Amino acid sequence: MIEIKSIYKSFEDRIVLDDINFTFENGKTNLIIGQSGSGKTVLMKCLVGLFIPEKGEVLYDGRNLITMGKKEKKMLRKEMGMIFQSAALFDSLSVLDNVMFPLNMFSNKTYRERVKRAQFCLDRVNLIDAQNKYPGEISGGMQKRVAIARAIALQPQYLFCDEPNSGLDPKTSLIIDELIHDITVEYHMTTVINTHDMNSVLGIGESILFIYQGHKEWEGTKDEVFTATNEQLNKFIFASDLLQKVKLEQIRHLDFSK
Amino acid sequence: MVKPITTLGQYLTLMGRVFSRPERFHMYFKQYLNEMAQLGINSVGIVLLISFFIGAVICIQIKLNIESPWMPRFVVGYTTREILLLEFSSSIMCLILAGKVGSNIASELGTMRVTQQIDALEIMGVNSASYLILPKILGLMTMIPFLVIFSIFAGIIGAFCTAWFAGITNATDLEYGFQYSFVEWYIWCSFIKALFFAFIIASVSAFFGYSVEGGSIAVGKASTDAVVSSSVLILFSDLILTQLLS
Repeated sequence: MIEIKSIYKSFEDRIVLDDINFTFENGKTNLIIGQSGSGKTVLMKCLVGLFIPEKGEVLYDGRNLITMGKKEKKMLRKEMGMIFQSAALFDSLSVLDNVMFPLNMFSNKTYRERVKRAQFCLDRVNLIDAQNKYPGEISGGMQKRVAIARAIALQPQYLFCDEPNSGLDPKTSLIIDELIHDITVEYHMTTVINTHDMNSVLGIGESILFIYQGHKEWEGTKDEVFTATNEQLNKFIFASDLLQKVKLEQIRHLDFSK
Repeated sequence: MVKPITTLGQYLTLMGRVFSRPERFHMYFKQYLNEMAQLGINSVGIVLLISFFIGAVICIQIKLNIESPWMPRFVVGYTTREILLLEFSSSIMCLILAGKVGSNIASELGTMRVTQQIDALEIMGVNSASYLILPKILGLMTMIPFLVIFSIFAGIIGAFCTAWFAGITNATDLEYGFQYSFVEWYIWCSFIKALFFAFIIASVSAFFGYSVEGGSIAVGKASTDAVVSSSVLILFSDLILTQLLS
């Protein structure tokens, strides 16, 4: 479980996050949603420690990331896995070596055991056949799956995904979403997903935090998202491509019936 | 005035992170071997090519410009050797490497920064500065003495070629000039200077690459800044080192 309490972050004069409180629950896919520029990525970076918030607390099962020492932070990082928007695979390493990287760096297992674990993770994301390829030789969706395999190699307790579906077709997005959800349940992790993809919200949004202009505007579940009366949330939902198409389709049907 | 001081502070902070205890020695050693190949061995070709032609050109220029009945014929070989040993094979060769290796390091790290590969390392708990930069600095510093030796030999062979194939000078006189009044310390001076320059090239270029913020334009700018800054610092430190070592 990750708790954030009264997070405040600004860049020079611009306030990006203001007094955000939320609890990311264990064994669930927790989504941070909001428009571009609302502060989602900054919040994610505050969560993983890439940015230090000026005020507030980030508690990992009670351990405060902001006040903890270097050594403790290093230990905590080994419990984290992250999937970046761009997958962030190491170009010079093969797919297998990318997945083996955290194992090589931090695991005391033998070489054979490390290879076995990496192959197991690749098999989990259905990419065992691509193990000898390089990131430049595989598709965007496959790169994301390799990133997932790399993120789970050390069996982390906390998984962070920064817009995992960006640049992917709807079908591949669905596969990635399902994979992240299944892995979350399987490893009983605290998963935090940063997205503005409404398919993800409807599909795997077990706990949702909606940010608007740096503030927490709404929180709830995927079932509650459509019945919510929050004006900004509704504007955001109907601004998304998928729901706009649904809306247009409904209007077209109405015209046709006339 | 504030900006250069801030930049210097950022550079020193980064170096503080670079020279910290590695997490896994075998991983760093693997990187170190890769960097020796990428930065050192891959530069052998250009070093040999440039040194060969510059050695030949120096020999021809000396012959044409200082030839006189009052001047011993071996002076051509002697002067060529001194230029190669004292300046060309260390300073000028490092200026050339600042272009090749410096831009390579800056653009590689800059691209890793903009594609979030460095962030990925940080999230894993890896000291990305140390893991990425330390092997580059040590790799280039390990290879630079060999590049200096190759450069000196290629320059000498270039000079001999002017005698053997072009008949510009006599090979025997040239050989005598190369051996005349040889001071071994000059070789060490070349090595010491080159080691300093290698550190400048690798660390300054890595600093510019690692600190990239933005996209591809920022990577291009970092690459240019790395080459310009490394070159200026090499020239400046050459002045100080030459004074100190002579």
